[in-house]
Amino acid sequence: MSIRHGLLALLEEGPRYGYQLKSEFESRTGSTWPLNVGQVYTTLGRLERDGLVRPDGEDPEGHVFYAVTDQGREELRVWFGSPVRRDNPPRDELAIKLAMAVTVPGVDVAAVAQRQRAHTIRALQDYTRLKARALAAEEGAAATDLDTESHDLAWLLVLDQLIFQAEAEVRWLDHCETRLVRHAERAAERAAARAADRPTRSPLTDPAATKKGARR
Amino acid sequence: MLRLRSVSRVHGQGAAEVHALRTVDLAVHPGEFVAVMGPSGSGKSTLLTLAGGLDSASSGQVLVEGQELGALSRKALAAVRRRAIGYVFQDFNLIPALTAAENVSLPRELDGLSGRKARKEAVAALTEIGIADLADRFPDEMSGGQQQRVAIARALIGDRRLVLADEPTGALDSATGESVLAVLRGRCDAGAAAVMVTHEARHAAWADRVVFLRDGRLVDESAPLAAETLLTGITGGHGGAGDGTGTL
Repeated sequence: MSIRHGLLALLEEGPRYGYQLKSEFESRTGSTWPLNVGQVYTTLGRLERDGLVRPDGEDPEGHVFYAVTDQGREELRVWFGSPVRRDNPPRDELAIKLAMAVTVPGVDVAAVAQRQRAHTIRALQDYTRLKARALAAEEGAAATDLDTESHDLAWLLVLDQLIFQAEAEVRWLDHCETRLVRHAERAAERAAARAADRPTRSPLTDPAATKKGARR
Repeated sequence: MLRLRSVSRVHGQGAAEVHALRTVDLAVHPGEFVAVMGPSGSGKSTLLTLAGGLDSASSGQVLVEGQELGALSRKALAAVRRRAIGYVFQDFNLIPALTAAENVSLPRELDGLSGRKARKEAVAALTEIGIADLADRFPDEMSGGQQQRVAIARALIGDRRLVLADEPTGALDSATGESVLAVLRGRCDAGAAAVMVTHEARHAAWADRVVFLRDGRLVDESAPLAAETLLTGITGGHGGAGDGTGTL
């Protein structure tokens, strides 16, 4: 996750000090990804080392301000201009769990999926409640306060992303379940076909091959 | 508000017998918004038509505001259906020759109110959901989202406190659908009860409770499974396709 670029984007609006960066980052993302101040200062240190930001004076309380450099602006431009890489997916615990569940004997995969779906739908409900609140706030906000409005919009976009992702997970779980049912049906059919085959292969030696089995 | 007690619905007979619903229990209280999810053919629509008194249960009881629908005369059932329940459909179902206010006031006029009184209530209902300015528009002069909001106002006019909604956002884009759900949510927060059938989890998430129908059985998503069901083996615990009807 690019804290680096997030901070550069905030500094693009003007010089800020560490704690300001932390709280503005969180207000735009609704504290979904909380930052600690230490992380912010470490990142600022690296950005400074790489020539993307520079210290920009102190206020009377001793807060050290940082400003973005031209090189930093260029870095930001490239970031906005390029897609987020998806060719190296992060490990997904749920996908790994289901992949293991289908291979480990004795695990009820359908129950694993069902339990996860219940959990994800509850998360989806929580996000939706937050969204309903954010939408109501957006409508109620005074039209004059453009700054708050754009922060609300940023937070809504983040919430939407969480919602769509949770929905995708539920749909994937539904799909997995359908696939499992089909798989079980096919396995049952194959087993039945094998059972039906047996008497025709050796009708004379198979004691179970009675009238019915020997018909063919 | 709405109660289903051990409700089953069987279509057809003998080999063609289909169990659309199997001993379903469901209670929906005032102020509660319940979403019903499930794959197609799982019994969602059957549940809604039974709750709305449009079809009758093969066994079990359906109660609306304490009245058991199966015990009512045809006439009394029609009265409950018309006076206690509002319907919202995927394709809005507004009457094209009537304005928004006229569509909303129609049920009240059928209730016996004077035209003027009914219109007053209709305008108040439209105001409540923020679309008073649309009162004199005809359906074809409104967007889908606006029409659906009018349909919600119509569903809850007068003493109607129960809305049955069948895929109400199915014909709307995702942002518009969301604003319609926000209206439905708001009506429930104000004391109405709603049952909404949807196949989209994102929409179901606006509800207080999400229940899941599969093979005609109801699974409450908010009730966690017992831990021991996780290790019973796939052929054991789960319903599966052949369950009940017994044919393979």
